[in-house]
Amino acid sequence: MILETRFLSMTVLADVNPLEYSGPAWSPYLVGALIGVLSMLTFYFSNKPLGASTAYARAAGMLGNLAAPRHTQRLKYFQDNPPKVGWEVMLVLGVVLGAFLSAWSGNEWTGRLLPPMWQDRFGTESGLLRVIVAFGGGILMAFGARMAGGCTSGHGISGTLQLAVGSWIAAICFFIGGIITAMLMYAV
Amino acid sequence: MSTTTEKPNDTAATDTASHDTTAPHAKNDHDKQPKPLSAAGRSLALGVLFGIVFGFLLQKGGVAKFHVLIGQLLLEDFTVVKVMLSAVVVGMLGIHTLHRADMVEFHIKPTRLASNVIGGLLFGCGFALSAYCPGTGAAALGQGNFDAIAMMVGMVAGSYIFAEASSWISRNLDPIGDKGKLTLFDLFPQSRTAVTVGSASLLVIVLIVLELTTIR
Repeated sequence: MILETRFLSMTVLADVNPLEYSGPAWSPYLVGALIGVLSMLTFYFSNKPLGASTAYARAAGMLGNLAAPRHTQRLKYFQDNPPKVGWEVMLVLGVVLGAFLSAWSGNEWTGRLLPPMWQDRFGTESGLLRVIVAFGGGILMAFGARMAGGCTSGHGISGTLQLAVGSWIAAICFFIGGIITAMLMYAV
Repeated sequence: MSTTTEKPNDTAATDTASHDTTAPHAKNDHDKQPKPLSAAGRSLALGVLFGIVFGFLLQKGGVAKFHVLIGQLLLEDFTVVKVMLSAVVVGMLGIHTLHRADMVEFHIKPTRLASNVIGGLLFGCGFALSAYCPGTGAAALGQGNFDAIAMMVGMVAGSYIFAEASSWISRNLDPIGDKGKLTLFDLFPQSRTAVTVGSASLLVIVLIVLELTTIR
């Protein structure tokens, strides 16, 4: 994959400007404020903070229980956090549905594998590269989120708004790691 | 490493009494009335409802878009930070108020310096590679970005790989710089309200500076 990326960088890598593509439909301040209200509702009605990454760990544990139940049940994380379809999994399923309703109502349905900016940077034939990079990114994110204790929503919104020190440290590190990697991929 | 704190009586236990369907004389009454949702069912229904609202807002805020997320990491498009900080300001003031009124509990995640930093940097690297985070990736799939499926499958795989390493990490990395459930209130113990309002004001100033200095 590294070789392929190097090869691409010598041949077809084009300069891209993220501001040339469509922006948000609604004001980011309005959307953010409403997410803040939503987090109050989840604290009050469900006694839970908004957070997305746990759902994937639950799914991993449930698949592990199907494929290798004895091994999965011996792992510390799954002993501490028994995998089940709970509030967190339903939240992420709801996010997919809600985003669909929003995209459909706002005529923003994309229905494609390659995001336009990726395609302009890496070419129309980069589908396999995109799948591999997105998959690898998912692995790193899940590992990092579990290690840090949460993701962009669990630490970045729910943790920081409770003024948890670890959440602020983790959220800042999300952006440091992300900025360095993105600069290497798109700005070199 | 528990990521959520669960209250034992998460949902009302009052409706358990009406589940006795064995008494024949009660059966007719049960058929007429809508069956009350069980505690677990109510939790799942609320989860999907809050998820729909969350996903709708993420998509409207543009943060399910590949180029908006990468644009943030390239420091060109500040939509992501504007959404996040606005949510934090409103949630910080709102949840502090609800907590003062004894209506909600806090859910503080522990501060473990080594794990927060190393895990955070790994997460950030994966964030830039996939261009979606766990929540916005689900929203990206909902708006038709099929590459988000690869990221979501990767998330499931990465979670299992973490579980394989979880015993080692909890023994060797989590104890480094383990400060427990540390908050800014512990560092500035004078007045919780002052700390909350002060922090929210600082973030509002950051938002104003961003609005004045950024293109998007």
